[in-house]
Amino acid sequence: MSRTEGSPFAPHTAEEVDEMLSAIGAEDEEALFDIPEAVRFDGEFGIEARNEREIRDEVERVLGRNDDLTEFLGRGHYDHYVPSLVDHVADRQEFLTSYTQYQPELTQGFLQALFEYQSMLVELTGLDVANCSMHDAATALGEAATLAKRVRETSGDRILVPDLIREGRRSVLENYADGAGLAVETYPTDDANADVEALSDAVDEDVVMVYAENPTVRGTIEERLGEIGGLADENDAMFVLGTDPVALSVLSRPADVGVDVVVGDAATLGLPTSYGMGLGLFATREAFLRQVPGRLVGAGEDGAGKRAYTLTLQTREQHIRRERATSNICTNQAWVALRTAMHAASLGASGLVDLATDCLERPTDLAERLDAIDGVEAPVHDRHHFREFVARTDRSAHEIRAGLEVRGFSIHVIDDDHVQLCVTETNAGAVDDLVAAVEEVAA
Amino acid sequence: MTLHYDQARWEDPDSEGYEPLLSEKNLETVSTDDVPLPDDLKRDSLTLPDLTEPELARHYTRLSQMNYGVESGPYPLGSCTMKYNPKFTEDVAALPSGLVHPDRSEASTQGTLELLYDLQDYLARIGGMDAVTLQPPSGAAGEFTGILLASAYHGANGEADQRTEVVIPDSAHGTNFASAALGGYDVVELPSGDDGRVEIEALDAALSEQTAALMLTNPNTLGLFEREIEEIAAMVHDVGGLLYYDGANLNALLGRARPGDMGFDIMHYNVHKTFATPHGGGGPGAGPVGVVSDLEPYLPTPQVRESDGEYEFFEPEESVGKVHGYTGNWLVLIKAYAYIARLGDEGLGDASAKAVLNANYLASRLEYEIPNGPFHHEFVASAGEQDAADVAKRMLDYGVHPPTTKWPEFVPEALMTEPTEVESKRSLDQLAAAFNAVAGEDEETLASAPNRTSARRIDQTSAARNPRLSWQAIDE
Repeated sequence: MSRTEGSPFAPHTAEEVDEMLSAIGAEDEEALFDIPEAVRFDGEFGIEARNEREIRDEVERVLGRNDDLTEFLGRGHYDHYVPSLVDHVADRQEFLTSYTQYQPELTQGFLQALFEYQSMLVELTGLDVANCSMHDAATALGEAATLAKRVRETSGDRILVPDLIREGRRSVLENYADGAGLAVETYPTDDANADVEALSDAVDEDVVMVYAENPTVRGTIEERLGEIGGLADENDAMFVLGTDPVALSVLSRPADVGVDVVVGDAATLGLPTSYGMGLGLFATREAFLRQVPGRLVGAGEDGAGKRAYTLTLQTREQHIRRERATSNICTNQAWVALRTAMHAASLGASGLVDLATDCLERPTDLAERLDAIDGVEAPVHDRHHFREFVARTDRSAHEIRAGLEVRGFSIHVIDDDHVQLCVTETNAGAVDDLVAAVEEVAA
Repeated sequence: MTLHYDQARWEDPDSEGYEPLLSEKNLETVSTDDVPLPDDLKRDSLTLPDLTEPELARHYTRLSQMNYGVESGPYPLGSCTMKYNPKFTEDVAALPSGLVHPDRSEASTQGTLELLYDLQDYLARIGGMDAVTLQPPSGAAGEFTGILLASAYHGANGEADQRTEVVIPDSAHGTNFASAALGGYDVVELPSGDDGRVEIEALDAALSEQTAALMLTNPNTLGLFEREIEEIAAMVHDVGGLLYYDGANLNALLGRARPGDMGFDIMHYNVHKTFATPHGGGGPGAGPVGVVSDLEPYLPTPQVRESDGEYEFFEPEESVGKVHGYTGNWLVLIKAYAYIARLGDEGLGDASAKAVLNANYLASRLEYEIPNGPFHHEFVASAGEQDAADVAKRMLDYGVHPPTTKWPEFVPEALMTEPTEVESKRSLDQLAAAFNAVAGEDEETLASAPNRTSARRIDQTSAARNPRLSWQAIDE
């Protein structure tokens, strides 16, 4: 019996197709398509089928057009080495090919892994509740805005964000805020940290949410989080902090500085640099539990009285509450959350603190070396740094970037005379060569 | 004929029977005394699991064995399109040259841009659309993007204040309602007709000059083709509204009909459904959005364009901005590209042919009542006197993932079943045998199921009443 031609993943033989058609009482497969003639598609897509080897060769050839550069890039998307364990175990098909755990008895493994992910974020943030993922940092921030609107329904329509916020993140926030009738406004920064005095002038009772980042997009450690939290609290605004799990390993616990919601990108653990794909972190206080967006895994008991895990509080979700749901998120980033949990667990507390310590020391060391080069001042901001820093250049920053690309390095340009560099363990081995290249192009 | 099945259970004698949490195996607390920061900027200590790699490998392998994936057995979860995920696409997505930072210069990432451009092009051809954005990171994000596009379009026509409503059939995915609400719209629910399809009279009553859009999937969630789609499109367009296509059921139409040809103005594609990228236990997916040319200026930024073999980003002139911080779920998109390339025209058409064949064949074998028909890729059976949730739990004992249950609500005790094209006749026969075995069983048997899974029936009500959402909460 030969297989029919067509999809290589449809296992039918011609005989089976005949038997099935006759069981249905249909003449042929086309007779099953109940589509009026006027809207039938008779053309071709013009997509030629290729075999596996051809596609691998093709994609390899096309992606080979990407220059092989050592990246010193960050600004919200960071590269840390992902242990091999993560790839090998997360790729097990039971994890990778399953879907949302609608039948908890059959999906205990994934539920437990997500429960462990939530638990690690609870430890890292000091908050009570973490959901098991949003799409990325930007969408998590957008969801925080709609949460703020819900918990402060009676008054106010202003959201305050620092002037130093990644443009893409702000744009996503504005799209979420628009639908909720909220306006996104900017408060100034001073030497890359929040200008708390200016923020104080800007906050009033119409503000439903104050957003800050630690570390900031410039890589500085925010020094006055407690005061920002105080201002938010006095005005009954929600204090939302953007960060990531590596930074949280050593920085003040958000719960201790008055943070109501932590957002950010948790894929700094678990994913390689993958063209901006992320994992939205979302954690908050128990007071907002029933208003939290996204899925939650809870512990309960099974019929034998043993601990078991299940998706819980689903009445918040769109498949039950529809337009009154707390969010539209359905497919989230569960598999990335699994990878993040595996990565965090494989580092453990000491591994994470060591990694974060490196993130504090490496940018300072690199900035010092660049500062010694004529035509470069680094770091520009007199702050503690995490992973990245800004440098001022005498020559055009665009020309420096282009000159470095020719020499095999990629860095950010901020404006005509500022660049930004990010250093972690994945590019640390190239620092000597980078410094030599900057010497060549900066003078 | 039914499968014999026992899922792995890992019962630790020291932990009252369950696989211990990482925190129950070993925790470590480290101080941050040596961290080079002033005390007021850092935490005092951090407490996390402390296990060796072999211990972790065993922990996660055990957890994987207490989970069920598409390769474990049939997974006919209606409207989720749980088809086989080809292995080679994983390797293609893992190519190191694709794993670049999103802020790289366009000149240094021509390969990435070329693949994005080619995928935009493939999807446009498949959907009959003029332009596609790959940015939305999920189907629901695609819906939200579509709502933003509709809003921008009406705004540009000076009708932002007038068009405040989005019309959605009662059988639609819950995300449609939530996405419309997220965009600030009022939802007008459209009751389905007796045959499960849109009823022209009801539609006429729902549409008005307040209508911003009608969100529709075709075939709908009952697996029924909306045969009056031309008239529906004309009615929506006549009142100045836009027609939005929910691509969740696109697997039923490949090569047979295209949303663009049916009169849809905006559509999303669920690449984790139609184009076989893994569902990942709940994600990541990707929800690219296609539009007709009138809506192209509003697409999210950036878009990719090509000129003489060189690729660059550009911002559409009236762009709605962004719906993802960067450019979406790249690793997922590249798998979709590889899948589409593997199948080509003929394979894509055959995938739909076999998906529809399988749904109709399985429906013909079941002893449950199945209203309406003929079906496309899925059908909704009614469990009748039985509780659909109990039916689902009992099916677990037969080694199959059950259908989606109790939805849509207007079918009593609904079992929404979508076998996809990857099940063989033999597999469908086993699946039918499992359904039919359960159909003949008494209430007590059903209520005591499941018995062969890692956990027995879980009390979800009490888990919700007393939420314990972290190991810290368990310890309290």
